[in-house]
Amino acid sequence: MKAASFDYVRAESKREVLQLLHEHGEDARVLAGGQSLMATLNMRLTQPKLVIDINRVEELNRIRNERGHLAVGAAVRQVQLTDRAELAREVPLLAKALPWIGHFQTRNRGTVCGSVAHADPSAEIPLCLVTLGGTVVLESLKGKRREVKAVDFFQGLLTTDRQPRELISEVRFPLAEDGADYHFQEIAMRHGDFALVALALCLRADGAHLGVGGVADRPVAQTLPLGDELPDALNTLAWSLGAQDDVHASAAYRRQLVRELGRRLIEEPSHARTR
Amino acid sequence: MRAPAEQRHAIELELNGETRHGSAEPRTQLCDFLRHDLGATGVHVGCEHGVCGACTVLVDGVASRSCLMLAVQADGRRVDTVESLARDDVMNDLQQAFSRHHALQCGFCTSGILMSCVEYLERVPEPDEAGVRDMLSGHLCRCTGYTGIVRAVLEVAGQRRTGESQQQALENRNDV
Repeated sequence: MKAASFDYVRAESKREVLQLLHEHGEDARVLAGGQSLMATLNMRLTQPKLVIDINRVEELNRIRNERGHLAVGAAVRQVQLTDRAELAREVPLLAKALPWIGHFQTRNRGTVCGSVAHADPSAEIPLCLVTLGGTVVLESLKGKRREVKAVDFFQGLLTTDRQPRELISEVRFPLAEDGADYHFQEIAMRHGDFALVALALCLRADGAHLGVGGVADRPVAQTLPLGDELPDALNTLAWSLGAQDDVHASAAYRRQLVRELGRRLIEEPSHARTR
Repeated sequence: MRAPAEQRHAIELELNGETRHGSAEPRTQLCDFLRHDLGATGVHVGCEHGVCGACTVLVDGVASRSCLMLAVQADGRRVDTVESLARDDVMNDLQQAFSRHHALQCGFCTSGILMSCVEYLERVPEPDEAGVRDMLSGHLCRCTGYTGIVRAVLEVAGQRRTGESQQQALENRNDV
């Protein structure tokens, strides 16, 4: 299908973006990589009056390693992180998760913050952000700059804490902890499809912090005990997610994936498939 | 730059090495602009939501879904479509390998796949089969089962490494 008509502004600065969001609020949508927004525009699932293109706003296209986190600006594409050699040391979980996101052709344009803004329950970047305890930075023209914990930011299917006049100016991933290992795994119908179940793991000596995507209406992370108590803890986690049947998989199959993939990822992480 | 909805806006871009001018409403997808206004009908439009990969073109050398870009976003950019591959009516090495290996049947998906391959082989000059198949996961082909495509891509990668491709292309000039 073709998108309904809208006004278009190619913004030159962050201030211009904030000004336009202030004036137009809910009638405006921010266009970054377009890998989700353009599809919903074409299908007329969203029909904004104004599209604000941030692709040429240089000040939003920055990656900074500072004060214990990696800050990724609103216009930074996924491929920019894939190409960042230090990422495997800085945020190893993200380095392992990136190849699972869509396809290289979509990672070429798709942005990190765009995926966070879209808040698809099966998306890999929101899952990593929640699992690592990252934050989302929101800015508006008149309001205060807010830094929201990822776990509070994602509120449900395509629903977030972002207010209509706010821009997600960056997201912050905590840097790797000493002594922790990070692993990522997912099952989809085919390479690059939406995950039936996606798992992000931060493995510490005294426990496993496991994030699950694709099952609940948002990514969920929990710390699980290691050893004999693990199977029961995984089972409780699997049931707590409120899995539902859909055309791709039954709720029971999703729970089984959480239990079995979760156990394998925690107990035999070196056997995890990579992409 | 402000572009009101119902008006057409001037766009200048470099298409396959030539400077081209046109105009489009803000909502016009890049793929439709390339086909209808600039005549680049090698760009095929399939699903229009970024899943099938048929409309893949290079934007500033990077494989991108042209259904997920607005025409106005391509203003000032360099765009390459499948029309850029052949020289003097001779198909390039990749196109010739696709022909040899029956890497297409109906051909609808082919132009998008070729453009992905162009960037992929620049980024990954020594791919293995798993890598090629991962690259192809961004494209839907309902005819081939992908086997011929994988063979063609791996063969061209090998030829380019050994520098045979130029010679091969000349030798095949009369065969194709």
